[in-house]
Amino acid sequence: MCTVCGCGAGEVSIGGAGWSKAARPKGGATRGWKAAAPAQAHEHSREPAAEAAAGDAHIHSAHHHLHFGTGPAHAHAPGLTQSQMVRIERDILGKNDARADENRCSLAARGIFALNLVSSPGSGKTTLLVRTLTELAGRIPAAVIEGDQQTEFDAERIRATGVPALQINTGKGCHLDADMVARALRQMDLADDSLLLIENVGNLVCPAAFDLGEAHKVAILSVTEGEDKPLKYPDMFAAADLMLLNKVDLLPYLAFDVERAIAYARRVNPAIEVIRTSSTSGEGIAEWLAWLEQGMAKARAARAAAVQSA
Amino acid sequence: MHEMSLAESVRGIVEDAAGAQGAQRVKTVVLEIGELSSVEVEALRFCLDVVLRDSLADGAAIEIEAVPGVGWCLACDRSVPLAQRYDPCPECGGYQLRPTGGTEMRVKEIEVE
Repeated sequence: MCTVCGCGAGEVSIGGAGWSKAARPKGGATRGWKAAAPAQAHEHSREPAAEAAAGDAHIHSAHHHLHFGTGPAHAHAPGLTQSQMVRIERDILGKNDARADENRCSLAARGIFALNLVSSPGSGKTTLLVRTLTELAGRIPAAVIEGDQQTEFDAERIRATGVPALQINTGKGCHLDADMVARALRQMDLADDSLLLIENVGNLVCPAAFDLGEAHKVAILSVTEGEDKPLKYPDMFAAADLMLLNKVDLLPYLAFDVERAIAYARRVNPAIEVIRTSSTSGEGIAEWLAWLEQGMAKARAARAAAVQSA
Repeated sequence: MHEMSLAESVRGIVEDAAGAQGAQRVKTVVLEIGELSSVEVEALRFCLDVVLRDSLADGAAIEIEAVPGVGWCLACDRSVPLAQRYDPCPECGGYQLRPTGGTEMRVKEIEVE
């Protein structure tokens, strides 16, 4: 288990369907691991003679076996061990990033504008989504992927607006990853040129590093959290293209310095856009919807251009 | 943080590479972790200790090479050292900085036998 936030190999389930149970052997981890050693290595250790012919020193009897010729050169020099350095140079997140690119390509091919909404728990993400979807109802086809460790509460709140929502439960996991989203996408029947909102697990740390294939990460910071959050959790605000400063209707009751919060966010990310929103008063909602529609228009235009050139 | 996921990815990469070499055992795993990457190195070590058990790299030494953070200052029009994402430019004191180095998280090499 992770020492910092308690995340770990957990029980991922999508849509409450429990794909993790079918997909994983009992007691297994979130991801499949390969067998500990390739079959040929086992064979070689049992049956060394054929391959060892190329080597220069081997002594073996029925039970004992000293073999110096298994190195890359099938040779042995006194004083040197058979160990060798193998250069790999692979990104630790390479697999996730490759899967995210696949998601991005398949979404782009259908003109779908996808956002990854990230914030700490309780920032008002789901309430903002409900408000957004209510405003867009009848005009723009939308769908939602909800990420939480447990429960379908958020997906149910979204479905109450009439918008399809798929819940991913990460179990012990502290963030969504590209593979979870790929599996979710396979279960969803998304319309071309639609809007896909992915509400990540409420966590201002872990989701920052994991590309899901979205067009933008949108960080939501509520004014009840304190204006220093962008400096305390810089990775998230560095990864986001837009910050929604949420619950601004509460500002009269709080000692929250809006300008300072925005300045801190721009310290870690000079290019970040900011919209002040309140799902309760409706402040900034029109600006946020206009931002969404602009992004959707771009996604549509890119698809149309791709179709024409094909 | 998400170090458990990262540790699982490291195991996958190491086992693929060791398998391709026909290695019996991985003695050392060398990682390159940038100062500006989202990794807590001690948490990653702890997770690797757990995740690498019963793998080819069980008990392998974990060497972590830190890669210094570098940023491009738009105001100064040059690269400057950057220890944290929210640090100012050491030359002009401004915050118009884009990280250009030290964001990597990579498996650099492994020692196998």
